[in-house]
Amino acid sequence: MQGNEACVEGAIAAGMRFFAGYPITPSTEIAEACSVRLPQVGGHFIQMEDELASMAAVIGASAAGAKAMTATSGPGFSLKQENIGYACIAELPCVIVDVQRCGPSTGLATAPAQGDYQQARWGTHGDHPVIALSPSSVSETYTLIIRAFNLAEKYRTPVIFLTDEIVAHMREGIEIPDPESLEICDRRVAGNDGAYKFAYRVPEGQIVPGWKPFGEGERYNITGLFHDYSGFPTNSNAMAQEEGSRLLDKINNNLADIIQVDEYKMEGAEFAVVCFGGTARAAAFAVDAARELGIRAGMWRPVTVWPFPEKELEEKLSGLKGIIMVEHNYGQMLREVSRVAAGRVKVEFIGCIDGTIIEPVRILDKLREVHENAK
Amino acid sequence: MKNRYEMRFSGSGGQGVILASVIFAEAAIISGINAVQSQSYGPEARGGMCKAETIISRDSIDFSKPICPGFLLALTQKALDKFLPETRENAVIVADASLNIPENAGNKKLVLLPILKTAGEDIGKAFTANIVAVGAINSLLGLFDRETLTEAVKRHVPPGSEALNEKALQAGYELVDRQMAESCRVYIV
Amino acid sequence: MPSELIYNYMRIDHLPHIWCAGCGNGVLTHDVVRAIDSLCNDPDRPIPREKVVIVSGIGCSSRAAGYLDFNSMHTTHGRAIAFASGIKIANPELTVVVITGDGDCAAIGGNHLIHACRRNIDLTVVVFNNEIYGMTGGQYSPTTPRGDKGTTAVYGVVDRPFDIAALAAGAGASFTARGDVYHVKETTELIRQGIRHKGFSLIDCRSVCPTYYGRKNKKGDAVQMLKWQKENGLPMKQYRALPPEQRADKYALGILSRNEYPEYTEEYQKIIEMAMAEKGKEK
Repeated sequence: MQGNEACVEGAIAAGMRFFAGYPITPSTEIAEACSVRLPQVGGHFIQMEDELASMAAVIGASAAGAKAMTATSGPGFSLKQENIGYACIAELPCVIVDVQRCGPSTGLATAPAQGDYQQARWGTHGDHPVIALSPSSVSETYTLIIRAFNLAEKYRTPVIFLTDEIVAHMREGIEIPDPESLEICDRRVAGNDGAYKFAYRVPEGQIVPGWKPFGEGERYNITGLFHDYSGFPTNSNAMAQEEGSRLLDKINNNLADIIQVDEYKMEGAEFAVVCFGGTARAAAFAVDAARELGIRAGMWRPVTVWPFPEKELEEKLSGLKGIIMVEHNYGQMLREVSRVAAGRVKVEFIGCIDGTIIEPVRILDKLREVHENAK
Repeated sequence: MKNRYEMRFSGSGGQGVILASVIFAEAAIISGINAVQSQSYGPEARGGMCKAETIISRDSIDFSKPICPGFLLALTQKALDKFLPETRENAVIVADASLNIPENAGNKKLVLLPILKTAGEDIGKAFTANIVAVGAINSLLGLFDRETLTEAVKRHVPPGSEALNEKALQAGYELVDRQMAESCRVYIV
Repeated sequence: MPSELIYNYMRIDHLPHIWCAGCGNGVLTHDVVRAIDSLCNDPDRPIPREKVVIVSGIGCSSRAAGYLDFNSMHTTHGRAIAFASGIKIANPELTVVVITGDGDCAAIGGNHLIHACRRNIDLTVVVFNNEIYGMTGGQYSPTTPRGDKGTTAVYGVVDRPFDIAALAAGAGASFTARGDVYHVKETTELIRQGIRHKGFSLIDCRSVCPTYYGRKNKKGDAVQMLKWQKENGLPMKQYRALPPEQRADKYALGILSRNEYPEYTEEYQKIIEMAMAEKGKEK
């Protein structure tokens, strides 16, 4: 199965019943597969007139109660940003797949890259929370897109599924999990006694507000303006402060639930290769090769790429003599890793923006170099 | 280093080299062997340089691209010239019979087969060249049994075209004689 | 004494509204509410109030959604029709009404407008067309008449205005009509028919903006602007009977185009049924 197909099958298993998109390489197979598969399960697919419209339609469908997704690539991801911010402030769950390609602008449309990492965090204007996940294999694409829907619904927030051309266009054999075994999370719809006035108030013991979808008996307002508990626009600075903080806190106070990290041979490792997404394939290969040469190398890979797993990396630092950050850009996750390492562990960098794939030998050479220097 | 058999399929867009690569990956999966398939191509659907790769291994496969392919299919001169030097010592190279062997090809097993001509003239459909190639390659390398390969082909061709593709597969097998195949056998260990 | 409509259908704790004195948007909002009210109370085919969704974009007009006690969604600039399409497709049972402005739907949202027309998706778009960008302070819009002034057209507008209703009809909307602020009863009836119509309907309503458009173009106060509408807005038949040289400022009120082209969500439902049946056979 291809990575993009696994994305669709996983999403459907997670309960996705609405997809709106616009053709763009290398994400198009996701739209194509949705157009075939969604009507088979009673869901809706629509090809909208542009990227902005597809993001808008996804949020509209979410307001009507559907688990909704869109998929795009670099240029389209830029176009969707304003409405992603709308989904953040209106707290309407949705999943945005960004199959990263080589950019900026049209760039190398069919070539891999990971240049949208910081954009996933800061792409839409204003301060806002974000969750972004990044898979490194076809089977992980399947399971992780389910997690993306679960987190979106649980935290009432857009979740960015940051995949890349390497994984999206790769074919691998996968084992589809038994649907019964899947953990599926649905959004909180706890009623507000039919009163629209408290749709956005978070009851004691809850993380997010809850309301029924449009058409099910409650009449409330949704807006992209800062709003009061009723969802009605407000100019109150105190209310804006409360709302803005709550949006950030609902993510920041639940990091243990949201963060996921994959480790490979990190036990007793002196050198950590840090990477995410498709880059992990070369990194794991290089780690194996380095181990055969007697270099105690391991791979540390954030699966949740936003929020960045700061605490988890912090815990690794004491045993490390060096970190090699490997990513298909000019150093985007490097900023996060360097910030956490803060001079305590030296961070080396291997990057690439020419549309090729970083070969294991480059990582291995760097591991040998840092190993030599550490003697 | 883990045991991995790396195959590269190259030609020009529209010749179906990606599908050929997918079929070998599918056959591996059917046989219970791990496979990773990927490709790279330019923006052109037709005519641009195109390559696809399949890695087969009984171990798990990390890096998804070939490091030094042991097999190359080249259907255009440009592809042959570009990718031949990247193959390893003793690699098996299947090139279309219409191509010229580059000088200093090195120590490789070069097999020239009339793939394009067979598809265009014997089968009568130029677009079956990839399936002819699949038949010829498997006959040469002996990777999978015939039944497995037929099933893999069937899963990836449009319904209704099975008979035509079976014919193309058979024609591919027939391009390879036993003597040729003896020296090219591959065993996935 | 405020009308019962206000108590029944508006979120009165959020009143008074933000519109300027003399703005036409209040009257047009009334027309929308009265049209929906008559449909909710239609003895033959009542529309349940809970199934009504009001969607708006950004601008003066789009503030209407928040005041209305229905399911309401105030979206991003230009994208109201795209949001509304998602709502309608995800739940075709809903009656979705979009309130938008001339800038919102014909400039930044123009692409969504024409494609929703083409799809013939069952939305009703009510345009509060005040021929100016009011919220940002009086810049010329895609419907400001040629030669008129705005803060970004102090020498007069060079480009030609859109006729939004004609644009929608040309793009394939199956119901298009024109109303205005002055002709309350007629406009309310057009909105009612638009909502009842199965397919994409658009009612282009001439609003008045005495604060910016009126002042910039010396059109007088709100009363004078309404008087102008009274004199120049003619029923379709009457307008068509006029010789072209006498049409000048006159405009036609009423239904411009109407047809029974298949509706999008109904057609897609057929695809769902076919795909589910085929998938069922496989098993």
